Amino acid sequence: MKTLLFLILALLYSYDSFAGGIETSMHAAGKMNVTLGVIAIIFIGIVVYLFLIDRKITRLEKEIKERQS
Amino acid sequence: MKNWWKYLSVALLLYVIVVSLNTPLGPGLTAVSPENLNTGENSEIKVIGYNTHFRNNPPDMQHPGVWLESDGFHLTCNNVEVIDDQELHFSVEVPDELPSKSLHVFVSYDEGTFMLPNAFRAEQSVKNDQLKNEAPESFSGSVTAFYFPNREILRESIRNLMFHVPMWFTMMLLMTISVVYSIKYLSGLNPDHDLIARQAVNVGLLFGILGLLTGSLWARFTWGQWWVSDTKLNGAAITTLIYFAYTILRGSINEEQNKARVAAVYNVFAYVILIVLLMVLPRLTDSLHPGNGGNPAFSSYDLDNALRTVFYPAVLGWMGISLWILQLRNRTERIKQQIENA
Repeated sequence: MKTLLFLILALLYSYDSFAGGIETSMHAAGKMNVTLGVIAIIFIGIVVYLFLIDRKITRLEKEIKERQS
Repeated sequence: MKNWWKYLSVALLLYVIVVSLNTPLGPGLTAVSPENLNTGENSEIKVIGYNTHFRNNPPDMQHPGVWLESDGFHLTCNNVEVIDDQELHFSVEVPDELPSKSLHVFVSYDEGTFMLPNAFRAEQSVKNDQLKNEAPESFSGSVTAFYFPNREILRESIRNLMFHVPMWFTMMLLMTISVVYSIKYLSGLNPDHDLIARQAVNVGLLFGILGLLTGSLWARFTWGQWWVSDTKLNGAAITTLIYFAYTILRGSINEEQNKARVAAVYNVFAYVILIVLLMVLPRLTDSLHPGNGGNPAFSSYDLDNALRTVFYPAVLGWMGISLWILQLRNRTERIKQQIENA
């Protein structure tokens, strides 16, 4: 989870620091990057949520194993 | 094929992503320079188009027709020169008297007639409401290609319609499922109904938050700010907070049956507030969102046919994905309860 968050922040940071930053890039090419940004937010949001479900299932699997042993 | 709807929603979303990112935007005008006109002078002006093909003129028409309009008064422009497909130069004689200080620019050629509203300001002009004349002849456009409308301010970001708007539709669906199961729980006290109601709120909150975040980004680069004080925005934020309160309320009661019953009753009230804040209030007041202030959303004016063919599959696709996530959560939660009861 922490690694994932770190990766997202690093990505955002690197994106912001080249070619004049988010401000100019969002207005370039007819604001196409706003759409890409929105898609990225949804993708990241759903992936983070899947990670949370994954963690929950891992905990349950561990519990089942403990009870069986 | 027990899980056909999962494959179907993935296929729908694939179609939505490919088509919504590949469909070109229709032609439109984006900028003029200079933006300030001196009255009583002949001004040289440059106009920039987007996805336009100014060179594309029928043989009987040497140049695109260009004119300015100020409240029903039309000024024909001269010396129109096509620089390339996206750039036109022309000159215009601005009179001392105009009906309004702001002027729209129109360009008419083979692809149609395009306008940039309030493109110019003529600061020193004398206001004269009596001025009126006929609009020059305009082309209705011969191009029938499949493209998305090129709207001022929105431009390419109009594609967000397929991603930001379905988030809210999906949230509404999940909260509806939740309230239905809450009512079912209250009438039968079946713990599984409470479980579904709780998980639906949980997944609904995910889509609510995604809707807020994507909306915020979109607002920043179209309306100019991350957050604007708009009925729909504030309503959506309050709704999300109310459902957060639902999860907190659940956490604060220890006894299982009591918790489920209080939460179910709260959920019914939360749903009523959601309907009022997201469906009723925005229709009563003015909002920056389209379709508010009297009209229901998605009238023929707000949503054209090209957008519709992608928007409806997008709504179905995102709803399908959300139901899939809900099912995963329900199954996980049921396994957890089986372990605890064993």
